[in-house]
Amino acid sequence: MPGRNLNLDIVNLHGIIRPMNAKAGAAEASALEQPKRESNWQIFSKGIVFENPVLILMLGLCPVLATSTSVRDAAGMSAAVLFVLLMSNIVVSLMRKIIPNQIRIPVFIVIIATFVTIADYALHAFTPDLYKVLGIFVPLIVVNCIILGRAEGFASKNGVWPSILDALGKSLGFALAIIIMGAIREILGNGTLFKISVTPKAFQDNKILFFILPPGAFLVIGLMKAAVNKIFKREG
Amino acid sequence: MSTGLLAILFGAIFVNNILLMRFLGLCPFFGVSTRLSTAIGMSGAVLFVMTFATWITWGIYQLVLAPNSAILGGILPGGLVFLRTVSFILVIASLVQLVEMFLKKFVPVLYSALGIYLPLITTNCAILGVTFLVIDNNFTFLQGTIFAIGTALGFGLVMILFAALRERLDMAPISKSFKGYPIAFIAASLVALAFAGFASLFGISPQ
Repeated sequence: MPGRNLNLDIVNLHGIIRPMNAKAGAAEASALEQPKRESNWQIFSKGIVFENPVLILMLGLCPVLATSTSVRDAAGMSAAVLFVLLMSNIVVSLMRKIIPNQIRIPVFIVIIATFVTIADYALHAFTPDLYKVLGIFVPLIVVNCIILGRAEGFASKNGVWPSILDALGKSLGFALAIIIMGAIREILGNGTLFKISVTPKAFQDNKILFFILPPGAFLVIGLMKAAVNKIFKREG
Repeated sequence: MSTGLLAILFGAIFVNNILLMRFLGLCPFFGVSTRLSTAIGMSGAVLFVMTFATWITWGIYQLVLAPNSAILGGILPGGLVFLRTVSFILVIASLVQLVEMFLKKFVPVLYSALGIYLPLITTNCAILGVTFLVIDNNFTFLQGTIFAIGTALGFGLVMILFAALRERLDMAPISKSFKGYPIAFIAASLVALAFAGFASLFGISPQ
């Protein structure tokens, strides 16, 4: 049955039950078998490197590609994701015992959407330039797979303190990926870093505009993923 | 940007292609585009849900949420614009459920073709993104419909092109670290470069 396999893919795709990559999934499954609890440091740190949501699990790609044209935009997006993930993880873990199991996903979505709306209006009020650049990608954090995935996969099963660490770790992992990508694209495509010129004048006169445009985003993330695969000796 | 209907249609399909230029809906793009048959099924489901979602969210926004709206304008002249994100995502999630149940009961043929792709669509940011773009661009009902259909056609076009590409990429002799996602991204980069050639086609500027 093709349908059966696809349904598994659906679950994998959104990282709700287990990460997309088979190896990471196997690692998580073996972690489940051992009753030993993870230390706080492990919960925090694995989101940054070994379970990096962007470069390892390939979740939430849309904002990564769309808002990494400069380091400033990438940092703004990371801050918005950090706020939403942290607040939604806190509220979900506080409410985990009173949310009825059958309607938990809609409840999570409402909680996430509330904080997304707050982030959206705050960015609009305090950093109008940034808000203009990020555009619809701020309200679209509501459908970002990372956030719903953490609410369902972690915060709904754990206490407040581990959920905070988990949110911090995952959003730092997200920030790391998107800011590195923003730096590469801004230096190559615009010759600047944080809008300050860092390249010789000869380069400034012949910027590689390709890297600022959408095709450049796909190329940079492709090469970054290949580099990550090489470093961690992974495939796929 | 010209607001002619044809300009909206071709702009949505080619110039501002939702996958390659706007970066919306990339999860299903890379997840489901591994085979041609699944790519076609997914595109059909997106066309269906995207059009319905645009109709319903447009109606909700204009009748209830917008400032001076038809229903609540008398009581709340400022509108309830801040409820846009919450209400749209809930409407889309329930709409997908409804469409699924409706198709299962009344159009089983269509359900067997599209059914398994429908749950995937709830968290597809392309659907929510299009409903936001329709509101942000102040489209009329007709313009919004054309925009949604054009966007879904652009999504389908790229999905199907790309699925055909990926079936061949699987057999290509490439370095181990590039297998899977990396080579798919690089192929997407080249396809996006080709689509960048459509910029300013029919005088439509990329956004």
